[in-house]
Amino acid sequence: MKIAGFLLLAAGWVIVTAALFLLNASAPRATFALAGIALQVLGLILAVRAHRVMESERD
Amino acid sequence: MPLAGAGLALVNSGLGRCRSAAHVMLASLCVVGVSALVYVAVGFSWQGAMDRPGHSILIGAKPWNWIAAQPFFLRGLPLDLSTDSLVVLLQIFSVGLAAIVPLSAGSDRWKLGAACASSAMLASWTYPLFAHWVWGGGWLAELGRNSGLGRGFVDGGGASTIQVVGGLTALSVTWVLGPRHGKFSSDGIPAAIPGHNAILVLAGCFAAWIGWISLNSAGAILFAGVTTEKLVLIAINTTLCAIASGLTATLITRFRFRRPDASLVANGWIGGLVASSAAAAFLQPPVAILVGAVAGALILGAIDLMETRLSIDDPGGAVSVHAVGGILGLLAVCVSGVNQSGQLLAQLAGVSTLLGFVLPLTYGLNWLLDRIDPQRVIEEGERQGMDLYELGAGAYPEFVVHSEEFSQRWS
Repeated sequence: MKIAGFLLLAAGWVIVTAALFLLNASAPRATFALAGIALQVLGLILAVRAHRVMESERD
Repeated sequence: MPLAGAGLALVNSGLGRCRSAAHVMLASLCVVGVSALVYVAVGFSWQGAMDRPGHSILIGAKPWNWIAAQPFFLRGLPLDLSTDSLVVLLQIFSVGLAAIVPLSAGSDRWKLGAACASSAMLASWTYPLFAHWVWGGGWLAELGRNSGLGRGFVDGGGASTIQVVGGLTALSVTWVLGPRHGKFSSDGIPAAIPGHNAILVLAGCFAAWIGWISLNSAGAILFAGVTTEKLVLIAINTTLCAIASGLTATLITRFRFRRPDASLVANGWIGGLVASSAAAAFLQPPVAILVGAVAGALILGAIDLMETRLSIDDPGGAVSVHAVGGILGLLAVCVSGVNQSGQLLAQLAGVSTLLGFVLPLTYGLNWLLDRIDPQRVIEEGERQGMDLYELGAGAYPEFVVHSEEFSQRWS
């Protein structure tokens, strides 16, 4: 689950950078960038939850 | 600037246990040394400086500079009073500061050798790559010219390159090490393990304040194109931000616990300094006060969230203070004088890079180090304390408990 979280973090970043690199119109660029950041927030939540699960299993 | 590092080291030491106090201070010196050596050897080669050679890739017919192309060991760099030489000097201090931040998160359980190895990774890859993108003419700095996003990603004093990179490395370290023994019960309820010396912590805040004014001033002049006329504004904004954040933390703890909490107020103070870093040269003083007040409240909330809900054992609050405070500072650029069309998107692109590139990279490197040689001290070492176990002597050898002072004399 933690790896999935990190993959979502990286995927969100790729979406943000691709939007900035490849799109010229400001509206779709901002939309894609925000979508990428939303994906990163999901990834961060997943990574944190995975950490909590690992800690409880360690106990 | 070294006072900023000294201040952080004092804060980290005071917020840890007394049986690991000397270890934290020694580790701070060691990681500063290791990171500086590694940075001079290879780090600057990847980071470079503005207008120096770099490797670019063409995307959409525009060049995107992703890594510098400098010789190792600063060869060919004029080490005089030139801008490039001043950049190198500032970077040696900055990478040391970034390396001190995670020590707070690994306090009481992080082996000295492992901390040095982790710092070497930070100084050789994580820090230089990201700092090149922000300060070395890399693609984040060029977002203004290439994509029309305001002035591109703006970070005058290292809120991202030093603070958030250090804070995310601290988060990785806490995840790799796990919590201290006895910190969380089996059902996840945290136990309070108070810092051992509030005097050290608060003295560290004063030292950091002085260091931060230098850090923000030097960074703004070298990397944000600010003239020396703005030095007074930078010093005022840095101070106001720290004061507002510290006082907000004082008020919150006063109302919540009925008395101010010294360690949380110190966290608020340092968090205010961190939040001032990106935009100290551009904010109006009232806005700096507002940013500081928001930082104080946000950082205290983040510390509480991490401990009580997320089971992250971060004794010095490094993740909340440096990562959360740093991100707030980066977004504060958008309410400053540099706010132009697209500036928010440029700042968000930087934050996205920190979360999507720096965090996985620094976690991966620390995880790899832990696989090669476990970074956490064995249980016996943690029980003895890092001072005794790794250094062979405690920080306070004359500390004894005089039991008669506490006994009831009339009995």
